[in-house]
Amino acid sequence: MRVNKKGLLVAGAFAIAATLGLAGCAAGDSDAGGETSAEGGSLTVWVDSERLDALKGAAESYEEKTGISVKLVGKDTSTIKDDFIQQVPTGKGPDVVMGAHDWLGELSTNGVVAPLELGDSAADYLPVAIQAATYEGTVYLLPYAVENIAVLRNADLVPEAPTSFDDMVAKGTFVVQQGAEGDPYHLYPFQTAFGAPVFGSTDAGYDPTDLQIGNAGGEQFAAWLGSQGKNGTGVFNTDIDGDIAKQQFLDGTAAFWLTGPWNVGAAVDAGINVAIDTVPSPTDQPASPFAGVKGFYVSSESKNKVAANDFLVNYLGTEDVQLSLFEAGNVLPALASAAETASADPIIAGFAAVGAEAVPMPAIPAMGAVWQYWGIAEAEIINGADPATTWQKLAADVAAAIQ
Amino acid sequence: MIDDDVRTDPKPTRRQKQAARMAEAASGGWRTLLVKIVLLGIVDAIAIYGIFVLLLHDQWLVIGVIAVVTVIVNWIYFSRTQLPAKYLTPGVIFLILFQVFVLGYTAYIGFTNYGTGHNGSKEQAVSALMSSALERVPDSPTLQVSVVDQAGTLGLLVTEPDGDVLVGTNDSPLEQVDNPQMDGDKAVGADGWTTLSFAEVIARTDQITSLAVPASDDPNDGAVRTPDGQSGYLYVSNLQYDAEAGTMTDVTTGVVYTDTGVGAFTADDGEQLLPGWQIVIGWENFGRAFTEESIRGPLVYVTIWTFVFAAVSVATTFFLGLFLAIVFNDMRMKGRKYYRVLMILPYAFPSFLSALVWAGMMNESFGFINQVLLGGASVPWLTDPTLAKVSILIVNLWLGYPYMFLVCTGALQSIPDELTEAATVDGAKPWAIFRLIKLPLLLVSIAPLLISSFAFNFNNFNLIYMLTNGGPRDSSTSIAVGHTDILISMVYKVAFTGQTRDYGLASAFSIIIFLVVAIIAIISFRKTRALEELN
Repeated sequence: MRVNKKGLLVAGAFAIAATLGLAGCAAGDSDAGGETSAEGGSLTVWVDSERLDALKGAAESYEEKTGISVKLVGKDTSTIKDDFIQQVPTGKGPDVVMGAHDWLGELSTNGVVAPLELGDSAADYLPVAIQAATYEGTVYLLPYAVENIAVLRNADLVPEAPTSFDDMVAKGTFVVQQGAEGDPYHLYPFQTAFGAPVFGSTDAGYDPTDLQIGNAGGEQFAAWLGSQGKNGTGVFNTDIDGDIAKQQFLDGTAAFWLTGPWNVGAAVDAGINVAIDTVPSPTDQPASPFAGVKGFYVSSESKNKVAANDFLVNYLGTEDVQLSLFEAGNVLPALASAAETASADPIIAGFAAVGAEAVPMPAIPAMGAVWQYWGIAEAEIINGADPATTWQKLAADVAAAIQ
Repeated sequence: MIDDDVRTDPKPTRRQKQAARMAEAASGGWRTLLVKIVLLGIVDAIAIYGIFVLLLHDQWLVIGVIAVVTVIVNWIYFSRTQLPAKYLTPGVIFLILFQVFVLGYTAYIGFTNYGTGHNGSKEQAVSALMSSALERVPDSPTLQVSVVDQAGTLGLLVTEPDGDVLVGTNDSPLEQVDNPQMDGDKAVGADGWTTLSFAEVIARTDQITSLAVPASDDPNDGAVRTPDGQSGYLYVSNLQYDAEAGTMTDVTTGVVYTDTGVGAFTADDGEQLLPGWQIVIGWENFGRAFTEESIRGPLVYVTIWTFVFAAVSVATTFFLGLFLAIVFNDMRMKGRKYYRVLMILPYAFPSFLSALVWAGMMNESFGFINQVLLGGASVPWLTDPTLAKVSILIVNLWLGYPYMFLVCTGALQSIPDELTEAATVDGAKPWAIFRLIKLPLLLVSIAPLLISSFAFNFNNFNLIYMLTNGGPRDSSTSIAVGHTDILISMVYKVAFTGQTRDYGLASAFSIIIFLVVAIIAIISFRKTRALEELN
C-alpha cells in the first residue's frame, strides 16, 4: 500500500470522470432520446431555450388530455439545427423539433424530417405560413408564428407615417443594420420594390432554375443602392451593425429603424413611443420583406410519429395553443383566427399589415449559394463599387454556384 | 512491508513509534484501504450504470470497452505491485479518450463524404425518400379513420364524406362494411374487428406508420394512410424502390436512379436523389484541397497568411514581452509591482471578449479609435485587406505579450546574477552581456514555449472569428474566404457556414493542418536541442 491518500483520491476522481466520459460518448443524449413505452407513449420536443416556458403549459395540458407525456428539452438557438441534423440519423434525436421554415431545404436534403399532413386545417393558416411550410409540394412544418421586418417609427419625433422612402429619409434619420458583410435580409424589401426577387416561383414554390436576381430590376436596385451609399446620400452604411442601429433608435438619434418584432420589446422598454409602418418604397411598387415562419418539424426517425402528428396537427394547430404561444413570444400567430385575435395589439397589427405583403424566405438549398455572395456584393455597392458590374458579377457567381 | 517490520520489534522506542506512525500515515493502512474501496466502488457503480444505459441502446462495442477498462482499473489499484500504472492510468485513459479517439474519428470522417445530403445510412435515405415521395391525391377528401385489429393484422376503418364505410388492410384493398358501429358520422367499429383505443394506436406506432391500405386493386389509385390515427388521406407514391436491384424509379418521369457507389441514387445523366447516405470515399477529400480550382487558389494564400500571422505574432509578442521583462527586472525602476499588475490585465480577460471589444473600437465610423483617438478620421481598420491584417497583428500583440512578459520575467530571474557580474568584471558591455549570455540562456527555457505559441497562433480561431470573421471578403474567389482567414477559420467556413455542410472536407483539412503543425514542431524541437548544448 504505497499509494498515498491524495494520489488515490486524484486517481479515483480521474477514473470516475473517465468512465463517465466513455459512457457519455455513447449515451450522451440517451435521456433526450425517444424512449417508447407501451402505455401512453412519450414525445421528446426540442425547443429554443427562450420559448421553453411558452410551451410548458401546452405540453402539460396535452399530457392531461391524451396521456402522452411531452418532454421539452431546451436547446441553444444557435446549435439546435445542426444538433438535429447530426443526431437524427443516430436515432438519438427528438421526435419533434422547433425551428424556422428556411431550414427546410437543408433538413429535407439530409432526410431528417417527415412530411406532415395538415388535411383540411391547412386552409385555417395564413397563406404565407402554408407557402413557407411547403417544400417541393409537400408540407413539413406546423407553423405557429410568422415574423417579418417592418419600420419602427419613433412617433414622438415623427407623428405621421411617411409615404415613400424619400419622404421617410427627409423626415428623420433612418437606420438599418448592415455590417461589413452586408445584410440582404434587411435590404430585400427595397430590392423587391424594384421588381427583382431572388428566384421565380411556380406552384410548388420557388424555382431554383429560374434565377431572377440579375434582371433589369436588380440592376436598377443596385444603382439606387449605390446612390444611397457612401458616395451618395449615405443612408446605408456598412459600419452600422445591429447593435449600433439599435442604440441610435433607442437614443432617439434615429427616427426610423427597419427591424423585426424581436426588437420591439427593447424599444418599448426604452420608453420610445413606437409605431409600426410598412416599409416605404423607393418606387411605386410595394416593398415586400421576407417572412420567416416558425414552427415544428417531425423527425423522420421518430418512433412516435402518430403521437407527434397528433400533437402537432390536432393540438398545436388549435387557436388556444397558438394564442398562448403568442402571448409568450409576442409574434404574430400563424393560424389565421389566432392572428386576428392577436392583432388587437396595435404593434402586432402593424407587423401583420406589413406581413400581408411579405413573401416567404426561400428555403431551397440553392438559397445558401445566394446568401454567400449577396450581402458582400451589396456591401461593396454601398461602399462605392460600380453598381452594375458588381450586381452582374453577383448574379453570375450565384448562377455558377447553383450549377 | 514497513508496518510488519515495525511491529516485529519487541521494544519500540518513542522515536520508533513515531516513525511507525508516520510510515502508517504515509503508506495508508486500513483507512486508505477503505477510501480506496469506496472510490473504486463509485467508479464501478458508475461503470455498471453506464453499461445498463448502453444496453438499452445496444452499444455493444462501448459496453465492452467500459467493462474492460473498469476491470483493468480495479486490478491496477488493488494490486500491490503496479505502482507506475497507478499514476499513469488516469492520464492514459484521458489521452485515449480525448486525443487519440478524437484524432482517429476526425481522420475517419476525412475519408467519408459526410456532409449535407450524406448524413445517415442507406436505409434511412431510402425511407426518407419514400416518405417524401408520398403525395396526397389532388382534391382527395379528408377521411375519418379508426384503426382496427383482426387477429393481429391492423386495418383501417374508413368513413368517406358521403357516409360510406370501408375497411381494408395492407394486403386487402378497401371493401364495403355492413352494419358498422357509428359514433356520430364516424364509424368506430365493425363486426369481426377490434377497434384500437388512442393509447393502443400510440403503442403500435411502428405498424401504423407502415399501414397503407390500397384504395383498389390498381396500385395507381393510391393507398389510404393515417398520420395521426384519426384522419386518413389518399396517397400515391412518386418513387418505387426495388430493393433487389437497388434502384429507385420515378414513376411520373420513368427515370431510373441506381446506386452507383457515390452515396446517392444517381440517374444516367448524373442527377442525384437527395438525401443520399454516408460512404467511405478514400483520399478524395484530401485530393480536392489541391485539385479543385475554387479551393486551391484561396488555400495557397490562406496558408501563406497563416504562417505569416503565426510567425509575426510570436515574434512581436516575444520581443515586446522580453523588452518589458528586462525593463521591469531593473532594480532602478520604481513601482514595478503596479506596472506588472497592469501588464497582466490583457491576459486576465477572456481573449474572445477582448477581440470583440477591439472589433467595436476599430469600427470605421463609430469606433473609439477613429472617433476619439484620431479625431473623427475614417481609417478602415477592419475593412481594408492590408489594414485588417495589420489590425489583427496589433490586437494579437495586445493579447499575447503579457504571456511572453510573464515567462521572460521568470526566465530572466532564474539566470544567476554572478554571470552578469563576471562578464562585467571581464569588461563586457551590457548589450554584449545580453546578446551573448542572457539571450541564449533565456532561449533554452523559452524556445519550447515559443514553438507551442506558434502552434497556438497557427490555430488561433477565436481571434480571427471574433475580430474580423475572416473579412474583408475576397470577392474575387468563389468560396466564402476573406483576406484575414487563417487555415482553421477557412475550415470552419467550409464546414459550418451556408446551408451545405461538408464535414468530410473539413476533417481532411484539419488532418492536413495537424500534420503541418506537427512537422514544424518536430523540426523546431530538434533545433532547440542545439541550444541546450550551451549549458
